[in-house]
Amino acid sequence: MSEAARESRRAGRLTASPAILLLFIWMIVPLAFTVYFSTQNYLLLDPENRGFAGLENFSYFLSSSSFLNSLVTTLKLVGSVLVITVVLGVLISVLVDAKFPGQGVVRMLLISPFFIMPTVSALIWKNLLMNPVSGLFAWLFQLVGLTPINWFSDWPLLSIIIIVSWEWLPFAILIFVTSLQSMDQEQKEAAQMDGATPVSIFRYLTLPHLARPIAVVVMVEAIFLLNIFAEIFTTTSGGPGDATTNLPYLVFTQALLEFDVGTASAGGLVAVVLANVVAALLLRVFGKSLTQA
Amino acid sequence: MSALKQRRQLAETVRAIFSWLIALLIFFPIFWMVITSFKTELGAFSMPPEFFFKPTLENYREIMEANDYLHFAWNSLVTSGGATLVGMLVAVPAAYSFAFHPTQRTQGILTWMLSTKMLPAVGVLVPIYLMARDLGLLDTRLVLVIIFALVNLPIMVWMIYTYFRDVPRDILEAARMDGATLLQEIFRVLLPVSRGGLASTALLSLILNWNEAFWSINLTTTQASPLSALVASFSSPQGLFWAKLSAISTLACAPIVLLGWGSQKQLVRGLTFGAVK
Repeated sequence: MSEAARESRRAGRLTASPAILLLFIWMIVPLAFTVYFSTQNYLLLDPENRGFAGLENFSYFLSSSSFLNSLVTTLKLVGSVLVITVVLGVLISVLVDAKFPGQGVVRMLLISPFFIMPTVSALIWKNLLMNPVSGLFAWLFQLVGLTPINWFSDWPLLSIIIIVSWEWLPFAILIFVTSLQSMDQEQKEAAQMDGATPVSIFRYLTLPHLARPIAVVVMVEAIFLLNIFAEIFTTTSGGPGDATTNLPYLVFTQALLEFDVGTASAGGLVAVVLANVVAALLLRVFGKSLTQA
Repeated sequence: MSALKQRRQLAETVRAIFSWLIALLIFFPIFWMVITSFKTELGAFSMPPEFFFKPTLENYREIMEANDYLHFAWNSLVTSGGATLVGMLVAVPAAYSFAFHPTQRTQGILTWMLSTKMLPAVGVLVPIYLMARDLGLLDTRLVLVIIFALVNLPIMVWMIYTYFRDVPRDILEAARMDGATLLQEIFRVLLPVSRGGLASTALLSLILNWNEAFWSINLTTTQASPLSALVASFSSPQGLFWAKLSAISTLACAPIVLLGWGSQKQLVRGLTFGAVK
């Protein structure tokens, strides 16, 4: 090996090692502790009473009705928001992908919610729009002679889904619009010349072109949606009852409200497993369109 | 022919109108928040809603004084800025290594890095909380800087790596031929050439950190709380001041929305690791 090549190799190792080391520690140390705590009886309020619990925490957590409920809630939330944002995202992107007056402003308005803090967007929706007494929606309902909906008590999960979809629809639009700009316009015009209808152009040209961006959007959103917390914390606090308690929120209540470190850790590990299962599933479904360059 | 042209023109007009309508609808909650921030508290609650009113700056004045807005804004700035700085210091060398000195393991390492993003925050909440407590780091800005930097490190490495990969190798080799040392090669050639990419990476990190709420809510109480956690504290029943909440929210979101508007193109590239152009 030449001296230059050796030096290059050394430089490569030296510069990469801090990031690799830090991420390794970040991944391994807390996870190891989570695994350890999950086998312990450990109540923060009663620290004397500690000891090995075996798989008790897991059986307690997994068999509790709140776990199954939170699992279903988590999947409903992730699934609905993914479907809503991808479908509406594609339709809106195709709609605005044309030249018209104020096109730039329209795009800026469309992507704005993505930059709003989750805590802010949750509170704006809850107080200013969805409040059953003096929210704007209540006024609109009354205006057309309907009874205002009590959003967070009658349709709690739907309310959260609406808020989260509003936050993530702009992300889908941003990605899809960018991708549509790189579409082959000549192909589209040729198809139009041949008498193709807008619907068949959408079906046979636009949708295939969007396959890859759709895969990207689903992947990125899934990671974030599995972790939804602030929106629930600031609106329903998981309620009413446990109607909006997803997995992150359930673990949060067990850890920092009930101070049950053991069960919370077991729950945390279940969340890790779930995230990996979902990721693996999505990769199976969408992986092909991702790797096609 | 002219009938066809007319019909097409009509279709384009309808399309433009629909685009505008949808855009205004999606933007409406933000618009309404800004409007409400200029109402009186009574006006913010009034039914039917006030559409025409005399705007007041009272809310902004009050939150500046009573809620110590600047204290929380400073926390937001220090934690998101600090974490971005730390992240860049670690991510740039790593990305340099992966882009210019790749080994057989490089692709595997890059994929592994991204997979740490799959680790749900809640899975490690308990140990992180206990470690922060035992180290006396609860409610400090330092703990948020560390966590934010680590959480975003994979994305930052990937983004910078994508930008570095596009830098023509000839430029670096030419510099080396001219006798530049490794450090000169990096600081005089590579970094200036890719400063656009570096800036948008830093920007994305800043946006993500600024809006982060899970760790902020769980690891801080008042001393080190950023704006995202301050806003969350308004969810309690005694915090029902809609006009003031709107004013704080407007101030908290304005810088990030403006940054986002100014950088949408680079953000797409960053958020999708160059997979969508």
